[in-house]
Amino acid sequence: MMAGKEDRKRDRDALMSRIVQAGFLAGLILIWYLASTRWGVNRLLLPDPVAVYDNLIDILRSGEFIDDLEITLGELAAAFAISVTSGVTLGYLISRSPYAIEVFEPLFAAIYAIPIILFLPLFVLFFGLGPASKIALGASISFFPVVINTIAGFGHVDRLFVTAARSMGASDYHLFRHVLLPAALPVILTGLRMGFTTALLSIIGSETLASLAGLGHRIVHLAEAMDMARMFAYIVFVIAIAVILNTIVSTLEARGKRN
Amino acid sequence: MARAVPFRHFLARRAWLARLIVIAALFALWEVAARWFVDPLFLSPPSRVIAALDTVFSTRGVPAALQLTLFELTVAFVLAVAIGLMLGLAVGLQPFVRRSFFPIVLLLYGMPQVTILPLFILFFGIGAASKIAFGVTHGVFPIVVTVVAGVQNLKPILLVSARSMGASRWQIFRHVIFPHMVPSFFAGMRLGMSGVLLGVLLAELYVSIAGIGYFTTLFTQNFDPTKLLGLVGVLAAMAIVLNAVVRRAETHFARWRTG
Repeated sequence: MMAGKEDRKRDRDALMSRIVQAGFLAGLILIWYLASTRWGVNRLLLPDPVAVYDNLIDILRSGEFIDDLEITLGELAAAFAISVTSGVTLGYLISRSPYAIEVFEPLFAAIYAIPIILFLPLFVLFFGLGPASKIALGASISFFPVVINTIAGFGHVDRLFVTAARSMGASDYHLFRHVLLPAALPVILTGLRMGFTTALLSIIGSETLASLAGLGHRIVHLAEAMDMARMFAYIVFVIAIAVILNTIVSTLEARGKRN
Repeated sequence: MARAVPFRHFLARRAWLARLIVIAALFALWEVAARWFVDPLFLSPPSRVIAALDTVFSTRGVPAALQLTLFELTVAFVLAVAIGLMLGLAVGLQPFVRRSFFPIVLLLYGMPQVTILPLFILFFGIGAASKIAFGVTHGVFPIVVTVVAGVQNLKPILLVSARSMGASRWQIFRHVIFPHMVPSFFAGMRLGMSGVLLGVLLAELYVSIAGIGYFTTLFTQNFDPTKLLGLVGVLAAMAIVLNAVVRRAETHFARWRTG
């Protein structure tokens, strides 16, 4: 009886939270609408949401985003592939020896503290304004969370499991496949997710700072042309893409952890 | 056996020495590559970079630019901590408010903020204000999230008992909530610091008239990798030191939990 009452109270609380959230977001959009149409905020600073919506529909319908999206996603895929293969391989090799972990882990952690975006001018100098510099930057930024988590994952497997498996005659392959990998996978997956998010951020960021094409470049281009409504529409579009990608990756991470 | 490998034994107990050797080897590699294999227009050897450090700092405007960037970082960090703490407490202390607004905070935290960088320039101009604002929005979310997480694992019984013993709101905050929050708060400060660093540097690199972003652009366009590497290297070293300091503080203030 009591439990039923508690449940109902919790359900009602959850519903209330949803209502508050929806109300908050609706309020924001309402304020945005009023500010741009009624309160005389300059259109060059804040376009009205209806115009942004129209532009967004136009962008989606005309398909003009496809070229930029392809470039950005291509850069992302290349950068993430590079950082995953190098990060996981190097991390695994280092994790094989406690001594190597002690030597290398603080090094990686220290470099991880540097905002590598600082080196963007160097990357542009080396690789030019095209996709190559974005791939290189994205790969080097996302390399660190991947390698650090791989070391943490493989390096902190309980020695007892390893000894037990060995004494029962497990081969190197069996040890890796059935002991090390399952134990390390959750931590590594977290690293991969972090690497993916940072790669996405740094690629859009470097496109914004210095590039010839891509979604980040498109936004800057529209900003410089003062085409605010369309620029806002592209911002919404890019944020939506990022949210979708991050959701997919988080779902994959959660699923990988369950197995 | 032991006598055959005395140096390895010597190293085995001194991981920091091996770490230094790894760093030295990397620098040697860079030196060799830059001296003999790479076009000097794009990369210069570390010996030359270090020798040229004083010319970087005697370049007219560089000290002022460093000062300005440090000023932007400090203001942005202080604001991010203050706002993050207030928002975090406002959202975290009431369970209902937390359930309603924490998802919104997480949603905002997950957005690629660099897409709205051009907006910050439009709103706040190309001076220091836009860098500070962009740094604040990058730094505030990790702080809010960790503050919320910190007050969340506060046992309700502590609050109830403090209140029933007649503690005032301020006393509860000072003696119950605050000490509980401290460890996660410092973790948040560290994350917030790297967020602020990222935000300010992104804005600096995007457009700058007097900060370090101006000089990285200048050195890049002049194909002067010696000065560019010097400037960027100094900033990277500063980031490492800052991170180490905050990490120290973090362990220092988390002592009471274990000890």
